Amino acid sequence: MFTELNSILNTSPDSFTRGEFILVSDRQSDASFLIHHFLSFYLRARCKVCFLGLAQSFCHYSAVSQRLGVSLTQAMEKGQLVFFEGLKECLSVLLPKENNVESEAMNFLRDPPVGLRSLYEFVCSSVIGSGSMEEEGAEQWGPSVLLVDDLSVLLSLGVDVGAVLDFSHYCRALVCSQMQGNMVMLVRCNGEEDDDDDGDEGSEVLLKGLTHQCNLNLHVQGLPTGYCKDIHGQMEVCWKRRQGDAPHMQKNLFQYKVHDKGASFFSRGTSSAVL
Amino acid sequence: MLHNIDVTSSNMAAPVNSVGKTSGDRFQVNCTSFQKKTRSKLISIPGTRPSVQNGQLLVSTGVTSLDYLLGGGLAVGTVLLIEEDRFDSYSRMILKYFLAEGVVCRHELFVATAQDNPDEILQELPAPILDDVAVPKPVDQPRPTGEPQDSLDAMTIAWRYQNLPKVQSALASSSRFGHYYDVSKTMEAEIRQAAKCHRFYLPDHITPSSAAHSARVESYSALLKSLQEVIHREGFDLATPMSKSRNILRVGLHSLGSALWGDDMCCHDKPRHGHALTTFLYGLRALLRSSLSVAVVTLPSHLIQDRALMGNITRLCDNAIALESFKGSERETNPLYKDYHGLLFVRQVPHLNCLARQLPDHKDLAFKLKRKQFTIESHSSELKTRKVTQVRVGRDGSKAGLPDDSIDVCVHLE
Repeated sequence: MFTELNSILNTSPDSFTRGEFILVSDRQSDASFLIHHFLSFYLRARCKVCFLGLAQSFCHYSAVSQRLGVSLTQAMEKGQLVFFEGLKECLSVLLPKENNVESEAMNFLRDPPVGLRSLYEFVCSSVIGSGSMEEEGAEQWGPSVLLVDDLSVLLSLGVDVGAVLDFSHYCRALVCSQMQGNMVMLVRCNGEEDDDDDGDEGSEVLLKGLTHQCNLNLHVQGLPTGYCKDIHGQMEVCWKRRQGDAPHMQKNLFQYKVHDKGASFFSRGTSSAVL
Repeated sequence: MLHNIDVTSSNMAAPVNSVGKTSGDRFQVNCTSFQKKTRSKLISIPGTRPSVQNGQLLVSTGVTSLDYLLGGGLAVGTVLLIEEDRFDSYSRMILKYFLAEGVVCRHELFVATAQDNPDEILQELPAPILDDVAVPKPVDQPRPTGEPQDSLDAMTIAWRYQNLPKVQSALASSSRFGHYYDVSKTMEAEIRQAAKCHRFYLPDHITPSSAAHSARVESYSALLKSLQEVIHREGFDLATPMSKSRNILRVGLHSLGSALWGDDMCCHDKPRHGHALTTFLYGLRALLRSSLSVAVVTLPSHLIQDRALMGNITRLCDNAIALESFKGSERETNPLYKDYHGLLFVRQVPHLNCLARQLPDHKDLAFKLKRKQFTIESHSSELKTRKVTQVRVGRDGSKAGLPDDSIDVCVHLE
């Protein structure tokens, strides 16, 4: 959990808006540090978290979370965290063996046109399954939260953009509207924004579609002036709130630097390397 | 859900402090299967060392300047992507360095090619320079004359030590990290044959008729399957119980993505199988993270028209560099680059088990292949001796955030 980011977003583990869809996006940069922030944030807020870790192995997330002060293994033991490790499940589909049962959630690897329905059903079962008290003395957790790292991996694996947008819509309807929980998704883009290249159409369409749906967008980019070792990039925070009848959009720009145990955010030009 | 064990966990090389061991054996905090009986046992596999930054296990790529660029070495369980130069000369050279380093460190090799037979690449491996590399000889073989050991036979000053056995040789080569090679000579057959090498030559596995009509690219699935079999059979899998000493598997994949692998990524603007290679790389990452192996993949990126696809491929690899050689281009005669053979770009550095990446210091790297060394250095250091006085300041009034590889920014001493 990055304390500076909490103050920027005006949230804390004790009080945060429910029913929000937070989109973390990046362009030619890496915004995965924000996913680690939200993972530790919601675990500290005692929410029931479903985490689709598609990009990296469980140990990576576990090691980083340890540095941020949260233990993923303990959370899984207590039933607070449902962790889906994409890398491990994919091998059962890509390299099928006779004895092994194929992982249902990743069956789009075998046949991409099938879409992400099975993955959505996995999310359903882990988010709704918490409602019923199965054991005596099981702890009551807060609202359900879905975290996805990251959606662009699904595009790389051959899933259609429309299917990914449908998946995110279904998840939003389930998690944000029905369960009044929160959802955080990471989308990564490659090309320049003004590029007319058709190559990256898929992720551009995905980014635009999700930006339209989300309540809060954290967009991470490199610095417009070029590469710098002390400032790793800039982050644009964009809120979409409804105040009364008129939708209200507010944007803020920050620069950031990622450390070993967190990240620091500052206004443009006020980096400690400069002042 | 059982916890997956991951080789890139920092618990591997450092002494273990198990944090909060619970009652059941299922929920171990440790991510690997190594720390079982003895708590403070250091895992020492020859040819590896722990990283000073985050304790991960590193192997050398065979090129010491590339090791430095990657943060000390290549982390076990990761992939290094090399975007080939136009004629695949220097990228092939780095692949050979990587495999030669594996032979010298007694690692096992897995070489996969579609174009040349893997044996051809193995026969071209450069000869290691050091004379303390252990060459396994049968005990009864008479020592041939003319070897460098003859000169030591006639020790005149330290004659007391003359009859001591040369025990240091095996230890020295395994404890050293990163060796030097002489590219004008090829590695001797007996050194090379001492290393166990698994080969995957695509024409042996795929019949041409089946590949042409299939909807998917079968060659990648066959390669992934073959790699998994080798990992499982030879015991590189982290899930297998640790009965004997562990070793590292070095995987070299040559020219993935080229048309010879059955992929049309390099042939069309809108490839039909655009996701075959990315799916393969995802599966490769899954295999490597759960085993003691490290992979170097070369890719003819200059043939790929789709830049977005290249971005996806880069993101699915952990380390990525690109080579651009000056051969045949106008830069060959440019006096700025006369000392170098080409440019090297670092496209991606990994951040494994930590938040921050180790970004390179410079973005203007150039390489030169000398006979005994492959050097990579910042080429703009040349400019630093000239008097350039232009200074540009960024929009927000700060000097930070400026590109440090363009000429108009450098302010230099006289």
